[in-house]
Amino acid sequence: MAQKDAPQGVPQSVPALLARNVAQFGSKPAYREKELGIWQNWSWAEAAEEIDAMAHGLLALGANRGDYVAVIGRNRPALYWSMVAAMKVGAIPVPLYQDSVAEEMAYVLEHCGARFVVCGDQEQVDKVIEAQETLHHIEHILYLDARGLRKYDHSRLHALKDVQAEGRAARERFAAELKAREAELDFDSTCVMLYTSGTTGKPKGVVLSNRNIILTSKASSEFDRLDPHDEVLAYLPMAWVGDFIFSIGQAYWTGFCVNCPESADTMMTDLREIGPTYFFAPPRVFENLLTSVMIRMEDAGAIKRRLFHHFLAHAKVVGPKLLDGKPVGALDKLKYQLGNLMVIGPLKNALGMSRVRVGYTAGEAIGPEIFDFYRALGINLKQLYGQTEASVFITQQPDHEVRPDTVGVPSPGVELRIADNGEVYYRSPGVFVEYYKNPESTASTKDAEGWVATGDAGFIEPDTGHLRIIDRAKDVGKMADGSLFAPKYVENKLKFFPNILEAVVFGNGRDYCTAFINIDLTAVGNWAERNNIAYASYQELAGHPKVLETIQSHVEEVNRSVAADPMLSGCQVHRFLVLHKELDADDGELTRTRKVRRRIIEEKFADLIDALYSGKARQYTETEVTYEDGRKGKISATLEIRDAATMAERAPAKVAAE
Amino acid sequence: MLDASQDGYTTADGRRIGGVVMEMRNITLRFGGVVAIKDISFDIREGEIRAIIGPNGAGKSSMLNVISGFYNPQEGEVIYRGQKRPPMKPYQVARQGIARTFQNIALFEGMTVLDNVMTGRLNHMSASIFDQAFWWGKAQREEVENRKKAEEIIDFLEIQHIRKTPVGRLPYGLKKRVELARALVSEPSILLLDEPMAGMNVEEKEDMSRFVLDVNDEYGTTIVLIEHDMGVVMDLSDRVVVMDYGKKIGDGTPDEVRRNQEVIDAYLGVAHD
Repeated sequence: MAQKDAPQGVPQSVPALLARNVAQFGSKPAYREKELGIWQNWSWAEAAEEIDAMAHGLLALGANRGDYVAVIGRNRPALYWSMVAAMKVGAIPVPLYQDSVAEEMAYVLEHCGARFVVCGDQEQVDKVIEAQETLHHIEHILYLDARGLRKYDHSRLHALKDVQAEGRAARERFAAELKAREAELDFDSTCVMLYTSGTTGKPKGVVLSNRNIILTSKASSEFDRLDPHDEVLAYLPMAWVGDFIFSIGQAYWTGFCVNCPESADTMMTDLREIGPTYFFAPPRVFENLLTSVMIRMEDAGAIKRRLFHHFLAHAKVVGPKLLDGKPVGALDKLKYQLGNLMVIGPLKNALGMSRVRVGYTAGEAIGPEIFDFYRALGINLKQLYGQTEASVFITQQPDHEVRPDTVGVPSPGVELRIADNGEVYYRSPGVFVEYYKNPESTASTKDAEGWVATGDAGFIEPDTGHLRIIDRAKDVGKMADGSLFAPKYVENKLKFFPNILEAVVFGNGRDYCTAFINIDLTAVGNWAERNNIAYASYQELAGHPKVLETIQSHVEEVNRSVAADPMLSGCQVHRFLVLHKELDADDGELTRTRKVRRRIIEEKFADLIDALYSGKARQYTETEVTYEDGRKGKISATLEIRDAATMAERAPAKVAAE
Repeated sequence: MLDASQDGYTTADGRRIGGVVMEMRNITLRFGGVVAIKDISFDIREGEIRAIIGPNGAGKSSMLNVISGFYNPQEGEVIYRGQKRPPMKPYQVARQGIARTFQNIALFEGMTVLDNVMTGRLNHMSASIFDQAFWWGKAQREEVENRKKAEEIIDFLEIQHIRKTPVGRLPYGLKKRVELARALVSEPSILLLDEPMAGMNVEEKEDMSRFVLDVNDEYGTTIVLIEHDMGVVMDLSDRVVVMDYGKKIGDGTPDEVRRNQEVIDAYLGVAHD
């Protein structure tokens, strides 16, 4: 099946890549999963057999071309296989976020009209059964972990194992059909449909073709010279495009091994045992790791602590230079090696990052000192900028050109354009086909020439060609006096302080900026323990005068740093308050990927915003909260509102955080 | 006594409960002059969740200790699988497939979770001391087999992340779970749980309830539990024995027991004449 833009010899679908890998790497490990305390291993040939059995089983259950197969669960090889098996029978896999509550799940299941749902365990099965009360198109539920499901009605519920067994038994009957369907797949057939987390409104189904996935995987694998001996740890949600690209796209393209942790809680141990060479984590994971290292070092003995700080300080100067291939004095190099032997090496090992050759972070801005910490350890941590609609990659940082404040140069095959209002547009082979059942949104996002609006405002640095992102384009506004308002720019600076977990800055169309702050319970709680400050709840700690003082000093530091940039100096925070509850995805205040939902927060806490702008010193408020089991409750508090010192424009500023 | 036939019955949620596996006949237990249990009879059926409830000092734990062989009653008999059980040591009872957890956690604090769970396999080890010392032949085979079983239970109770953590460092709720793991790993046919949810918060209780139901469901284990939280008892158990001052004052399904006037009086604290 010749395609006009398909490079010569490139397999046209993920199942075709699988067949190639079986021929090329047959006995090399393709998947590993820790089960019963032991790493179980599947070679490419074994994985292909399992997938084949699943595909036959799906045919036996009556799967048609174009059916949607929802997959819900934590990262496990069998669930990855079920996605590839679905592709093989001409169906379209739709991975869903496993932590979404029943109603969110029901919306997506209804929107895609799934006939089959593959669940990881009883929890997911229960949610799907609940959704079935209103949805009637789900015909079969398949599950992986049988625990607790023994006494369920099995007329339309099947163990994945049994489906595979049936598939193996029915191989003779369906082999020809399966082969025919597989042969029909080409660059234009849909590879996967992924739902965006929906910062605004309902989630949208992004349709990605084999062309999108395969060409993007090819280009990005070549960019970082990934090879079949690389190892990744698959621990990020399967519904997220990144995991699909890393654990299926790039893994199938290069033939590297995907390792699945034993459970979500054992991730850190599993990371150490596997020692991945290619590692992706959102900034939050790197942040939490750093926080836990620092807290544990505080508890270490005096000698160890001094050694740690001494060599880390040295590594912070020398490490990044070594990574970037810049010249370093012989003595400094020697000292770095000594530090590596005594502190850095063991620390990297404890973090499970001894073997990381390429590490990426994306999704949110990462704090410069967090970024520098990992680079100081000699971990090649880079940033990339991407979107579901782009099959992840828009820009990424090449080796030796890594900086915390840019997101890199355009990925191979990607064209960039900055619109007049500052919004970033891109065009690439990875650009999505359409939003499922939503032509209006498709048309408003992607124009006839294939340019896609990112929704982010940014600019390209003239000397380096690197892209810098300022904020969401729709969030960038004007203050009352006409100066630029970029809330995320300020929020990120605030969030770089370990004590601040989340910040929301307001000020569009107003005279000055104000902010809501969430403290980080781990960091602040630890500080409270050390200073003998007793607290019973998050709310109590958040309202403690000493905590407010600390936060105020952070806000003022940020103001000094913001004032240094003449374009954005209007964004200094004049008044702030520390919220009485943590912003939570269950309450709709954050997306599942933990991005702030500005509109909803503005509506929900309107009384507090009024208080911030009315000059009051305290404000009483009541907030509805949703507990983990779905019950609702109310919490009330009287919050203190503080004024923060601001700087005049172009004040000479030197900020410790940067 | 319930009117259920000798062959057992089917519960509302469709679980099949088998015949009588253990019967307590006219048990009386005295400590000197104190009568802890007074002429109590009830039975336990294969595969059911049987609760023993009652106010403090009602004799619940003593009853559990009679079942586990820790106390030998002065009067009455224990019929196990159709045969009268002679006075036994607890380890002999354990060999018959009866395992228990304790009200006050009784784990080896300095040992890891895995090692604690492995001790539950003691009854499944028969290799000689020499084989054990040199980890040779039978000892090696047994250890592999025992570790496999231990890992299955660790997976079942979702404690993989603390496998190598010393028990002393764990929070209370997890310790309780480790204790359950140690009891389960001996593959008991009857599992005795002495206040499995005492001192737990709501979430831990929910988790534990789920595990108790899962154990019963997955392994068909008969479960006898003592518990104070009435909500938990009424939700979990198939039949309930109610004790007060060493006497049995009620026996039946949770609904029957809830309507029983004597039980209501005991719990609401009516004065005893």
